[in-house]
Amino acid sequence: MPFEEKIGSGASAPLALELRGVSKSFGLILANRNINLAIRPGTIHGIIGENGAGKSTLMNIVYGMHTRDEGEILVAGASVDMRSSADAISHGIGMVHQHFMLVPTFTVLENVMLGTEGGMLLREGRQAARARIVELSEQYNLVINPDALVRDLNVGQRQRVEIIKALKGGANILILDEPTGVLTPQEAEQLFEILKVLRDQGVSVLLITHKLAEIMDITDAVDIMRQGEIVGHRKTSETSPAELAELMVGRKVLLEVERTATSPSEVRFSATNLGYTNSLGVVELQDINFEVRAGEILGVAGVSGNGQTQLMEVLAGMRHLTAGSINILGTNVTSSTVTNPRIIRDLGLRHIPEDRHKHGLILHFEARENMILGLQDSDLAGSGFLMDQAAIETNCREKMQDYDVRPSEPSHFAKNFSGGNQQKIVIAREFSANPVVLLVGQPTRGVDVGAIEFIHKQLLELKDAGCAILLVSVELDEIMSLSDRIMVLCDGKNVGILPREEVDRQTLGLMMAGQKREEALA
Amino acid sequence: MSKSAPPLPRWADLFLLPLINLSAALFICGLVVLAIGENPIEALGVMLKGAFVYSGGLGYTLYYTTNFIFTGLAVATAFHAMLFNIGGEGQAYLGGLGAALVAFAAGSLPGIIALPLAIAGAAVAGACWGVIPGYLQAKRGSHIVITTIMFNFIAASIMVWLLAGPMLEPNQQSPQSAPLPGSSHLPKIHEILDLLGIQITSSPLNASFLLAIVALCVFWVLIWRTRLGYAIRAVGQNPEAAHYAGINVPRTIIIAMAIAGGFAGLLATNEILGISHRVILNYTAGYGFTGIAVALMGRNHPIGIFLAALLFGALYQGGAELDFEFQSITREMVLLIQGMIILFSGALAYMFNPPLARFIARFTAPKEVARG
Repeated sequence: MPFEEKIGSGASAPLALELRGVSKSFGLILANRNINLAIRPGTIHGIIGENGAGKSTLMNIVYGMHTRDEGEILVAGASVDMRSSADAISHGIGMVHQHFMLVPTFTVLENVMLGTEGGMLLREGRQAARARIVELSEQYNLVINPDALVRDLNVGQRQRVEIIKALKGGANILILDEPTGVLTPQEAEQLFEILKVLRDQGVSVLLITHKLAEIMDITDAVDIMRQGEIVGHRKTSETSPAELAELMVGRKVLLEVERTATSPSEVRFSATNLGYTNSLGVVELQDINFEVRAGEILGVAGVSGNGQTQLMEVLAGMRHLTAGSINILGTNVTSSTVTNPRIIRDLGLRHIPEDRHKHGLILHFEARENMILGLQDSDLAGSGFLMDQAAIETNCREKMQDYDVRPSEPSHFAKNFSGGNQQKIVIAREFSANPVVLLVGQPTRGVDVGAIEFIHKQLLELKDAGCAILLVSVELDEIMSLSDRIMVLCDGKNVGILPREEVDRQTLGLMMAGQKREEALA
Repeated sequence: MSKSAPPLPRWADLFLLPLINLSAALFICGLVVLAIGENPIEALGVMLKGAFVYSGGLGYTLYYTTNFIFTGLAVATAFHAMLFNIGGEGQAYLGGLGAALVAFAAGSLPGIIALPLAIAGAAVAGACWGVIPGYLQAKRGSHIVITTIMFNFIAASIMVWLLAGPMLEPNQQSPQSAPLPGSSHLPKIHEILDLLGIQITSSPLNASFLLAIVALCVFWVLIWRTRLGYAIRAVGQNPEAAHYAGINVPRTIIIAMAIAGGFAGLLATNEILGISHRVILNYTAGYGFTGIAVALMGRNHPIGIFLAALLFGALYQGGAELDFEFQSITREMVLLIQGMIILFSGALAYMFNPPLARFIARFTAPKEVARG
């Protein structure tokens, strides 16, 4: 759709950034095809798409980290040759990456001056950087203490440092790649305030995300990407989440699954005063108490890095608890019990790990070998001394069909599947083993909208079948739409457990920041 | 990232690339031969004839190949668990001790019992020498590369002490053990064939070559068809996922090193049970180290290891012939050729990968979008 209508000011002002017919392929894979993009100055422009739609590739082309195969990039109306990130910076483009690139033991000032130290001695560079930080914080309301150590800052503040770094060279186009993934709702709100100030000061902001709500909240215009192409352009005020989702996926999507009424029965799984102290003596979990009943989903909410990972791994037997106890189907596990993932799995617990690349899959194994990971000693792999290749193949083929894994090819390496299909392999493996207790970590991280719908349905089916499920997710929407009760973790402690009906985003957000339920509700 | 070449097709990765590496190595060697005033084509011809054509040449080649198969397997087994086993030399050395001690102890038994026992002795002793670094890696985090290198020195020192002391043959000046009892001698291939009425030139090639072929098959079944092999590969590819899957990672590391050491120890079946029939100082002669190159070049796959072992066997034998035929080409020149091949197919294995991949990609033109 041509972009004729004007947004914001400056009817005849040149576009801040324009892409004409940009294409990029990696080997045989065409990651971006004939991309046309027009960013007006002083607007917040969203780019939304599923994982693997080519958003990050496109941004890396704009930021000079990939070179395009074809097409033209224009900054402020002039065609530029973008060959490295230094080129991009010199043309006034700054980028805040999804994973922060900060030195934790350096101060804010030292991080900001990194790369522009000046001469042999740091004195001059330091003075210049300090002046620049003060200038930027006044101009854009980016409050930060230049002498604080980065490791002492919270995630929202670290992101602010990244923004200052991106702006210090005088950038007037700022790219943010999935900026809210690690933030609490409150921190995200603060970020959006900053972005609005930036916009009002004339900076063009490019926001890459897969969250529909963010697009709707703060962007002025949005481009939708699917399979390496731009499939739609909308003014935000003229579109709806449902339309965006449909464009992203290419078909109508149910954005929220219908949560079924629960009839929880007996307690299947519980923790009493559970604690975990790591090998360095850092207390990572403290006094965790909960119980999960059959036919119930207990959601665990929290900003990532507040003990969810440790909780999951302790419960799955991958780490040894150091205090309290866990009870799985009547079997008690304490710090003196010998456990390992195998013993816990034999009790009937199944585990979708948070990080499928780190734990859930072996990327250089074929799909069929991954389909028996953790079950390699069971009959699925044959009962004899040698593994039964035919049985492994059949098992994989069946599960791939049941869970709609594409391509349905057992001999493909796990690394060659898309994120969503990789996750489906893990889910097919763990769900189909008739779990009675299920640990689910970030089931839809990096998974496209269509697959999210499928995974959520499967989870609810298991719940209805009487499985006791503990669900950890940093996606608040996911926790809220699936859980029957919600436990909030902050700093390794249980802030409170609430029935789903009694919470809203605001309360959860405050609890995730560590406020007790009473304070949060007050 | 930005300059990433397209992936290389599997056939090119397995066959074309090693061939190019080998050609490059031979080309450089050819230049060196030319520089000292000899004809490189002629030299290559002499090498090939020496290794495969001349009477007994093939026998010698396969005899060397046997050693390289065992030490190559020692490196490859550990490598599937992502362990870099530099200790094949020491493990093979200790394997000789195991074979000899069992052979002496079982001297009065008939060969049909004594021989398998001696072979097992070689494997077990090698395995023990692999287990210790494996244990230190798995339980204490001592890096396997460092410990296996150290264990080569320890093995060498132990053997010097034994061969110059307790095991020294009475009334003997050179450091070597007494001859092994006849019951533990492996038959030579030419002797076996002679019994069948086939006459071939005598060579050191003995029944351990057949054992090496069996070992290659065992290796394949172990790594790709057993639960243990699955565990070893899982630990090698992703120890965290292996832990998640309930695999005991430290134990798997120790077992992998035991098997690796066992394969190395079997080298003694060729050198000691097959040929010298006694333990001689430094009998391993660097085969353990060359095994690293064999495994690297053979991509840790039995077929690749066999071909790489055959190549190095041919180099050893053909090189000796070269040394013999040409005045100006010395033993050191042969070492240079081996070094070049190790350099190109080991250390520089991926040098030709990106240009080759681009070259091939040009002919297999991009198809329509195939994303997602």
